[in-house]
Amino acid sequence: MKKYLSTLIICLVLAVFFVVVQLGINNGFITGYWVTNLYLVGINVILASSLNLINGFTGEFSLGHAGFMAVGAYSGAIITANLGLPFPLAVIVGMLAAGLTGVLVGLPTLRLRGDYLAIATLGFGEIVRVVLMNIDYVGGASGLRDIPFVVNWPIIFFSVVLSLLLIRNFICSSHGRACLSVRENDLAAEMMGINITYYKVLAFVIGAALAGLAGVLYAHYYTVLQPRDFSFMLTFDVLVMVMVGGLGSLTGSVVGAVLITVASAFLQSIPELRMVIYALLLIISAVFRPQGLLGEKEVSLKILQKLGGVFNGAVGSKQTH
Amino acid sequence: MGRVEALLNLEDVNVHYGAIWALKGINLTVGEGEIVSLIGANGAGKSTTLRAISGVIKTSSGRISYQGEDITKTPAHDIVKKGIAQVPEGRRIFANLTVMENLELGAYIRRDAKGIKQDMEMVLDRFPRLRERISQIAGTLSGGEQQMLAIGRALMTRPKLMLLDEPSMGLAPLLVKEIFSIIQEINQDGTTILLVEQNARMALQIAHRAYVLETGRIVLEGSAQKLASHEDVKKAYLGG
Repeated sequence: MKKYLSTLIICLVLAVFFVVVQLGINNGFITGYWVTNLYLVGINVILASSLNLINGFTGEFSLGHAGFMAVGAYSGAIITANLGLPFPLAVIVGMLAAGLTGVLVGLPTLRLRGDYLAIATLGFGEIVRVVLMNIDYVGGASGLRDIPFVVNWPIIFFSVVLSLLLIRNFICSSHGRACLSVRENDLAAEMMGINITYYKVLAFVIGAALAGLAGVLYAHYYTVLQPRDFSFMLTFDVLVMVMVGGLGSLTGSVVGAVLITVASAFLQSIPELRMVIYALLLIISAVFRPQGLLGEKEVSLKILQKLGGVFNGAVGSKQTH
Repeated sequence: MGRVEALLNLEDVNVHYGAIWALKGINLTVGEGEIVSLIGANGAGKSTTLRAISGVIKTSSGRISYQGEDITKTPAHDIVKKGIAQVPEGRRIFANLTVMENLELGAYIRRDAKGIKQDMEMVLDRFPRLRERISQIAGTLSGGEQQMLAIGRALMTRPKLMLLDEPSMGLAPLLVKEIFSIIQEINQDGTTILLVEQNARMALQIAHRAYVLETGRIVLEGSAQKLASHEDVKKAYLGG
């Protein structure tokens, strides 16, 4: 019963949020600049939570997110801009292309650990960028133009909700447990009968496919893609969101993505200081809160339950799990 | 004890770590229901033998068979499914997860919710200390409790054969005694045990048979009683 109730509350809150924002956009309460940032928050939430799946939950250190996003963005844009096919197909193709690239990159590189994996995936991201710069079919260095403008609030909203739901369900499933155990101790995980290569690659591929989705959304909002949009700086931005929010906390990624995107919107007028402030943020969070704002904890309605328990002066039913 | 049917058989098993020849033609048999101990000094190849059986490292030649089936090339995660569980050296619990989650991960390969629940109760009855700390983060347990958790986690796979690597490592003498009597109980409940130990005295006390390893070779084998009174064993491993 309680579970249904909390699901109902979450759905209600999301629905109200969705409608209020939609009304705000329709009536001009939310102006163009903030609409852009709102959409960017959505895209960044998808990027941060999917990177967290790889770096936080499975414990691999990937720096290839900009590359996967680029693969998704470009292959999605080819579907709509070059081939004139509908947007939903672009989403599917973009995610598949990024996911497939994830398999190809993941199989050889996930044998590497820590620093080596970081370097290999970083290299992958740069290769994608340079390759795109040299393919005339997608506009080369000057970029791919005339991508249809499709993205609106409902598309962003449902993409974010579905992505988060997918990651959450994955983490809470036995597959997610397997990923956690790989992070905790891969040798012991293997001895429990967990195929560790399979789970490393699986988490990597899901993360890559969702980065691809973020790429498709990005392409169909800005309508122009340039290879330099997908430089290492983008991966770094996402990494900061994950670290600040908390490695291994899904709600942390949401908080991190919102915080950093909004902060960077305010810093738009002083771009030269932006990276300095980012770096400072990272240092400060590493020194004072190395586990991130939320650590590995999740924000859930249990907090309300606990508060309710305090107000009622009764001890709520203690859940062991 | 009479002739028992062989559960596990190693024939002429060799293992190389790069240029180092770690196991030099090991022949070993574990019968159903036995406790068999491997004793020997540091670097003799005891842990390597266990790792070769559980598939964590590859053998360079030789044959490992389990219930008559060749498992030499079977990957580690499939060997667990066949009923061989390993309690690794240094315990290797999932330190940031709770005791409960550690045990649940032990049952990862199983899908029988009812059986898992029963075994969970069985493990918690055997280790009351784990029941008290069920929602505690495993990394905060004491060394002895962590060892119990590692054994409990292995039991959750419902193994026929349990490989134990140095369960006494770093534990106070009283705890070592407790752990060893638990190992005996597990054996009496029907699980075959292959035990690797530096603490040869304790290992020979609970084992039915034992093998003595020296630099990758088996130099002695026989009933635990016989080995415990063997002059060379006394001199080298029992401090007498």
